[in-house]
Amino acid sequence: MSNLLYNSDIISISDLTPEQIQLILTTAAKLKAKPAHNLLHNKIIASCFFEPSTRTRLSFESATLRLGGQIIGFSDAASTSTQKGESLQDSIKIISNYADLIVIRHPREGAARLAADVSDKPVINAGDAANQHPSQALLDLFTIKECQPTLKGLNIALVGDLKYGRTIHSLIQLLALFDMRLFLVAPEALSLPEQFTHFLQKKGIKFSFHQSIEDIIQKVDILYMTRLQQERCSALEQQTLGEHYTLNPAILKKAKASLKILHPLPRVHEIPASVDNTPFAHYFEQAANGVWIRQALLTLLLTQ
Amino acid sequence: MAKTLSVSAIKNGTVIDHIPAGQALKILRLLNIITHKNRATLGLNLSSKSLGLKDLIKIENRSLTDNEANEITVFAPKATINLIENFEIAKKITTRLPESISGVFNCPNPTCITTIEAIKTHFYLEEYSKQIKLTCKYCEKQFDRDQLV
Repeated sequence: MSNLLYNSDIISISDLTPEQIQLILTTAAKLKAKPAHNLLHNKIIASCFFEPSTRTRLSFESATLRLGGQIIGFSDAASTSTQKGESLQDSIKIISNYADLIVIRHPREGAARLAADVSDKPVINAGDAANQHPSQALLDLFTIKECQPTLKGLNIALVGDLKYGRTIHSLIQLLALFDMRLFLVAPEALSLPEQFTHFLQKKGIKFSFHQSIEDIIQKVDILYMTRLQQERCSALEQQTLGEHYTLNPAILKKAKASLKILHPLPRVHEIPASVDNTPFAHYFEQAANGVWIRQALLTLLLTQ
Repeated sequence: MAKTLSVSAIKNGTVIDHIPAGQALKILRLLNIITHKNRATLGLNLSSKSLGLKDLIKIENRSLTDNEANEITVFAPKATINLIENFEIAKKITTRLPESISGVFNCPNPTCITTIEAIKTHFYLEEYSKQIKLTCKYCEKQFDRDQLV
């Protein structure tokens, strides 16, 4: 398969074709089966995190270093010229001269798209506020593909903050490509925005709304838990995400034996630690897959 | 009884009719009439069989392009746009909703990057359940036309 992603940007799942998504998954699987060490030799990656991150930043940096590349960047906007009033456009134009690829996380929606507009180097969106987090969605899909016999026709429950969770917004666009059945479990105040329900309707994807995990636990193959995005939602919205959206280990007795629980992490109260040792828990494997997917993205964008 | 025109005829230019009442001023802004300096005549809240009340714009000595005419459909989906030459209709422009529109609306999402950076906004358009929906190129949020200014 030729490299359909060379020198392009990864900003939103909606930009990717099914062929490009397949290429990313296949490349990640190959890198996981047979790790490579020098695919990014002589390449410099700018890791520009204007907002805090642990897993995403470190997995991009680990992916780069393990492939023989080098990292420059920052993990806090306070240490950049943004504090002096520099525009994002100017910052990105300058960083483009210093690196071969830019990974950006930013607290403003659309920041990664703007960065890609002004940069002559490939840009990867590592999360732009409540909008998109494409590399997380791709690693989620990669993990689902690994732990289930097929992607087509799976029953997937998305639980928690479906309004502000950027992971959810990216993942929904990805899952729609595989004719899955979606169970949306969220309080009304944090339900999936209308534009995504329109999107699912247009794609002919079956979905339904639910108020508690117990309603759907017997039916699903993947239980995708999310935390409340406290940094983005109002105090009133925070109150609505009560215990109905916390996983009670007792209800797992009703689950399919093949059920896997995923979570983009960090978790807060949604999954008690007692679930970690059950055969259903798969979120740490999911987080580990972040390195392979990010290695795949870096390799595909930077090498022909 | 002799029929009189509420808005006088023009010799050359463009007539935009069947504009929903209240939208004409937005279209004048869209077409940048003040910069172009062409004389324009405006009819507001005229009676209309199909719309109840309608607005009407006549712009002298300016023929709208197809792109300009298409952008008008964002405000007036059923507008009729005719190019006039020597008091006669020289061309009826068939309009369609444009795929996108730039630099006309502000993004109402307060956390969109366009609210703090000096960039031209850009929205993708689609019609859904007879409603025009606009999606911001940057924050990817979708809005009804009436939400945008």
